[in-house]
Amino acid sequence: MKIAAANASMRSAASTSVPVAVHAAVDTKGLPEKVSIRNLDFFYGASKALKNITLPLYGNKATAFIGPSGCGKSTLLRVLNRMYDLYPNQRATGEVSFDGEDVLSPKQDLNLLRSRIGMVFQKPTPFPMSIYENIAFGVRLYEKLSRSELSSRVESALRRAALWDEVKDKLSANGLSLSGGQQQRLCIARTVAVKPEVILFDEPCSALDPISTAKIEELIDELKRDYTIVIVTHNMQQAARVSDFTAFMYLGSLVEFGPTQVIFTSPKDQRTQDYITGRFG
Amino acid sequence: MSMQPHTIASYDADLKDLDALVSEMADDAASALKSAAEALVTGDVALAQKVIAADAEMDRLQHSIEGKAVSTIATRQPVAIDLRQIISTIRIANDLERIGDLAKNVAKRVIAMGEQPASIKIASSLAPLAARVGEQLQHVIAAYRGRDDAMALEVWRSDGAIDTLHTSLFRELLTYMMEDPRSIGVCAHLLFCAKNLERIGDHATNVAETTHYMIMGDMLSSDRPKADGSSGVDPNWGPNKS
Repeated sequence: MKIAAANASMRSAASTSVPVAVHAAVDTKGLPEKVSIRNLDFFYGASKALKNITLPLYGNKATAFIGPSGCGKSTLLRVLNRMYDLYPNQRATGEVSFDGEDVLSPKQDLNLLRSRIGMVFQKPTPFPMSIYENIAFGVRLYEKLSRSELSSRVESALRRAALWDEVKDKLSANGLSLSGGQQQRLCIARTVAVKPEVILFDEPCSALDPISTAKIEELIDELKRDYTIVIVTHNMQQAARVSDFTAFMYLGSLVEFGPTQVIFTSPKDQRTQDYITGRFG
Repeated sequence: MSMQPHTIASYDADLKDLDALVSEMADDAASALKSAAEALVTGDVALAQKVIAADAEMDRLQHSIEGKAVSTIATRQPVAIDLRQIISTIRIANDLERIGDLAKNVAKRVIAMGEQPASIKIASSLAPLAARVGEQLQHVIAAYRGRDDAMALEVWRSDGAIDTLHTSLFRELLTYMMEDPRSIGVCAHLLFCAKNLERIGDHATNVAETTHYMIMGDMLSSDRPKADGSSGVDPNWGPNKS
């Protein structure tokens, strides 16, 4: 590999009076690993979709999964909250630990897990009910709240999703009457309302216009303070904008993982470079 | 570095255009330096005037490079090697433009000194410095064109030799001035010429740093080897004193 060779020559040059290369090394030591993925394999029936993935997801940081279609990034996302359990013949082996808890364990309470690890999908999926009920519905599944407590929960979730000002006067309107961008923020509010710790975003902006996209990105920035964010995106610039760490996947393997700013300025692997610069296949 | 083409071919064309502009400007800078040095050691006023006239073209090229770089950033959102290349072209164009200015300054002093045999004789002591600087510039241009990191680092490391030459020239010219006060005017001009040449060497080193960054993606530390002692020469230093 050319880059590796160049790196090696650079290092040997370094031993003879050359400059210490100053690299944007980001210290990850102090960062807590909210989720630790170790040696994870995933199978759709007989076909292996993820190969030996080992990856940390740091707390209160946004991690982006990027890679060409079919590379396994959405599959990896779906492992994190056991979404794959809804389908037969799909299985994961290896280790996914969430605050020390084994996510893949058969004893795992999936409803509880999915309330702690929420998910926002590519297409906005509001329920065909009022804006208020869209949010209250999920909360009632997990908690017994008084009417006023519930209302204040709905309001705070809508505020967190930067949607409150736009819908506060029409909470009884159908969720489906909102615009696409508003629907997506409604879904984020719905996810936030059950007080998750991790939020998974699966291409959250691919069906949205640039202004709605910017609002969602601003929101992700905001949400990072309280949650750990994972985002799958095809939009490279979006990954560069919103994430702190980026994982580049290809053909089911993790090729490169590092601080986003390093991945987008000096990626180490030629495949990462080719992909992010638009030179792939 | 062999590289796959972009899926969007016009993106490659943009980068190639930028590269060609930098190459052209680098050749102009090298030739400005060569001509200025030749005019200096031969006292060729006509050649010096040509150097001055040619500087406008370098300024024009620098503007083209900046314009092209900005529009490529705006339209392509470059990352990684592409981004580094574009940023590098802006920086290198800036250094080349400065090199052009410094060569022009040397040329102006050649005209000021005129074609006097005495001054030409003393000016010839700047020939080794000019040659060394010219070599550095040629090498760094080749390193940029060939994406040759080892060569860029070699240039980066070799700047100390230029500084050493400059320091010894400084002492030599001081000696001439003390020996013959009538040479003070010429020597003062030549001190500035030597300084200009030394500065061109510094810009060549900058281009080497930028080229390294473009290829490798990391920055060289700022403590590059320096050996210019002229600013530390004791003002009382002289042949009659110890």
